[in-house]
Amino acid sequence: MTQPTSRAETVGPGARGPLLSAYGLSKAFGPTQALTAASLTLAEGEIVALMGPSGSGKSTFLHCLAGIVRPDAGRVDYAGTDLARAADTRLSALRRTEFGFLFQFGQLVPELSCVENVALPLRLGGQRRRAAEREALRLMEHLDVADVARRRPGACSGGQGQRVAAARALVTRPRVVFADEPTGALDSLNGEKVLRLLTDTARENGSSVLLVTHEARVAAYADREVIVRDGRTLDVAGGAR
Amino acid sequence: MCIVRGMSALGPTFLGLLESRPQHGYDLKRAYDEHFATKRPLAYGQVYATLSRLLKNGLVEVAATEAGGGPERKRYAVTDAGVTDVEQWLGRPESPEPYLQSALYTKVVLALLTGRPADEILDVQRAEHLRQMRELTRRKADGDLGDQLICDHALFHLEADLRWLELTAARLNELSGEVRGR
Repeated sequence: MTQPTSRAETVGPGARGPLLSAYGLSKAFGPTQALTAASLTLAEGEIVALMGPSGSGKSTFLHCLAGIVRPDAGRVDYAGTDLARAADTRLSALRRTEFGFLFQFGQLVPELSCVENVALPLRLGGQRRRAAEREALRLMEHLDVADVARRRPGACSGGQGQRVAAARALVTRPRVVFADEPTGALDSLNGEKVLRLLTDTARENGSSVLLVTHEARVAAYADREVIVRDGRTLDVAGGAR
Repeated sequence: MCIVRGMSALGPTFLGLLESRPQHGYDLKRAYDEHFATKRPLAYGQVYATLSRLLKNGLVEVAATEAGGGPERKRYAVTDAGVTDVEQWLGRPESPEPYLQSALYTKVVLALLTGRPADEILDVQRAEHLRQMRELTRRKADGDLGDQLICDHALFHLEADLRWLELTAARLNELSGEVRGR
């Protein structure tokens, strides 16, 4: 299905400079130093994989970048705003309108149907139910899950549920999608399908994606990788797509 | 089975081993067997053929010739060009292919033996592997089912290499202690 006008049609990844940047982030949880000196830049339309072993700090890094967790030190610049110091109301608005989220276990609302789940971010943004569900259904067709639209998440397979969650992450056409181990709970075939649809749709929309993973085959869907080790980042040269 | 397969890795390995001090061919063979030969020791023929090639290419020189009861014994020293050669070899990623660990393991151990940063060798190799995996993933997206299966096979092998790289990176301190303690 054809997607409407895309930001990526006129501007390739990196052409406009960074959309999201982090400099020298550190974060401790009690005695545990999760991040020490983490930095990163994400260009408009770029897909970057954050790679590292379990406990390396990559999820904490993603949470800081998305304004979910405030770092103890450092800056997170998003389109002119320092997310490390922004007011909670501003962060909530950004997370609702400009950011999309996809986690390992979907985290769909079990009481709502799949299409209601996908439409939820649009409804929270003030759209009427009918228009929101029409838009949700359009995206669900694109992600090959229109047939489960009226089912509850509990009646879907793992792969279907994760594609529904991907649709919810993409439905507002966010400028940045944060995906934390989005295929960690899926088998290889379903994992690939989710990744392909997620990255293809993000590229069509011109959305940037920050993809947290410990798997190289998942990271290979990105334009480049940033390695996180012991709370520090190590940039790995990657080719532009 | 020798860890270092083929002459291409044997030359720079000798150069690295010669960096600490000039050595006889016999000493080199012993050092090599100790660090890199797991089952079959290196043949003397290979040792002297390699040294002769390195000598011809100006990468080693004869530092001393000692007369003994038998034939003359030559002590070999690495030249500046030889040091440059080993530096370049260590810094160059291996072409990702199944079972490349042999050459990579040699590089890591040689770096530890010669006081070079072994983690940088692993980082350069990781970047090369990931670059190739991105390429295969793109090729897979454009290909038919046959192409996809072929690419998947290569991707799984590269992924196994990467797991080995990560594990080795996590054990570098331990390996360094073991290598230097030999």
